[in-house]
Amino acid sequence: MSARAARLAALAVLTGLLLCGCAQRQLGDHMTNIAGLVEPLRFHMTDQDGRPVSAADYRGEVVLLYFGYTHCLDACPTTLATLADAIARLGAQGQRVRVLFVTVDPRRDTVAVLKRYVNDFGPQFVGLRGTHAQLTRMIKRYRVSYHDEKPDASGAYEVDHSSAVFIFGRHGHARLLAQSGAPAAVLATDLRQLLASA
Amino acid sequence: MRFAAYLLPWQFSPTTCALFALALMLYLRGWAVLRGESIHIGWARPSVFLLGLTLNYAVLQTHFDYLAQHMFWIHRLQHLILHHIGPTLLVLSAPVPVLRAGIPDPAWRVLSVRGVRVPLTRLWRALQHPFIAPVLFVGLIYFWLIPSVHFTAMLDQRRYLLMNWSMLIDGILFWWLMLAPREAQGASALGYGVRCIILTAVALPQIVLGAYIALTTQPLYSIYAVCGRAWAISPMLDQQLGGLLTWIPAAMMSAVGGIVVLHHVLAEDRQADAAQAPRAAQPSVGAPA
Repeated sequence: MSARAARLAALAVLTGLLLCGCAQRQLGDHMTNIAGLVEPLRFHMTDQDGRPVSAADYRGEVVLLYFGYTHCLDACPTTLATLADAIARLGAQGQRVRVLFVTVDPRRDTVAVLKRYVNDFGPQFVGLRGTHAQLTRMIKRYRVSYHDEKPDASGAYEVDHSSAVFIFGRHGHARLLAQSGAPAAVLATDLRQLLASA
Repeated sequence: MRFAAYLLPWQFSPTTCALFALALMLYLRGWAVLRGESIHIGWARPSVFLLGLTLNYAVLQTHFDYLAQHMFWIHRLQHLILHHIGPTLLVLSAPVPVLRAGIPDPAWRVLSVRGVRVPLTRLWRALQHPFIAPVLFVGLIYFWLIPSVHFTAMLDQRRYLLMNWSMLIDGILFWWLMLAPREAQGASALGYGVRCIILTAVALPQIVLGAYIALTTQPLYSIYAVCGRAWAISPMLDQQLGGLLTWIPAAMMSAVGGIVVLHHVLAEDRQADAAQAPRAAQPSVGAPA
């Protein structure tokens, strides 16, 4: 093979590797491997009991991070119910899984409102409320967005927000991204694997 | 949010800010050095250069970047500026003599060392190859718009930066090759005819891709639903607008490029005419009135 052909072949292989490396690592319809793509879990916020908490408080547990608000009509309750279902399927192991529900509507979602809301889904659910600065840091870190819609005549408003569930391993590293519609059975299988891995 | 907050970076990138500051400082220093040598470049060229620099900076390091991360069509607008409009302005301002004057002598000596100059020249020649340059130009547009690649680029801060910087750098390389006058390109200058062929050749695949995105009836880029859109807009409308931006203004830039090339051709013709004019006039000198 001539030097020129060898160089061309090397270039082609390199381009191929780059193409594969940059592509989304799809695991089934609703799950994406995000290891190395998304920042490790880090935040400072207040939980539903009014205690200041940070990511360090959840080390050793598999963490599911979701952004939503308690007045949400469909997306949030559906997603949280699916997560509760998945955790229930894990049996005793489910105690090592934690769902962090970060409110993107801190104006209406006071600590008390959050507490009532997350308790409905089970003991593994934590409601997190941040100051504007804390919430902004978090949505920048996870590259998600939210915004208030126009209020109706009674002053009620909806908030548009991300639909992703970011799943972190026991050391706080990002592992999986679950899109809305991920079935509880699939989630349970992946969570079991994450609990088993170091 | 106060107006000033919109001017601050959404996600501060020290590399981006440092590179823009460096470009600005080199240019301003070069401008001052040239003035010191009584070489005046007027106000139009610096204005066009600074406009190009500001546009590129604004789409990367202001609140615009937030919108570009969370709305497909704004992302396409961001790339239209980074890959087409911004670089075109930079190249049209003919910045090389100014930037060259702005490089301090010690830095220029480092750049002139054989070990630095030779690989840089080789890389430059490869990237300015009349086949590689257009393939790279179109290839990058297609590559970052592969749905699975686009997904990770929007999720990962580093890939996102890599994507935007690859567009800006490639934009400058490509439009330099297309729009710089032959005399500015030096020994390896590209002929104007070849440039017209390349400009046409890169327009076609952009039209095809843009039309495909705009006319597809399913959402192609799920990342905007996963991470949330900047404001309420239907996913299909977002995609159609993004497709149109990839299709029409991007391809139109080839027409703009063609006009600039034509301008260079005419300017060279005029110069050639002016050079021949005295000789043509000579026979008439001694001729009886």
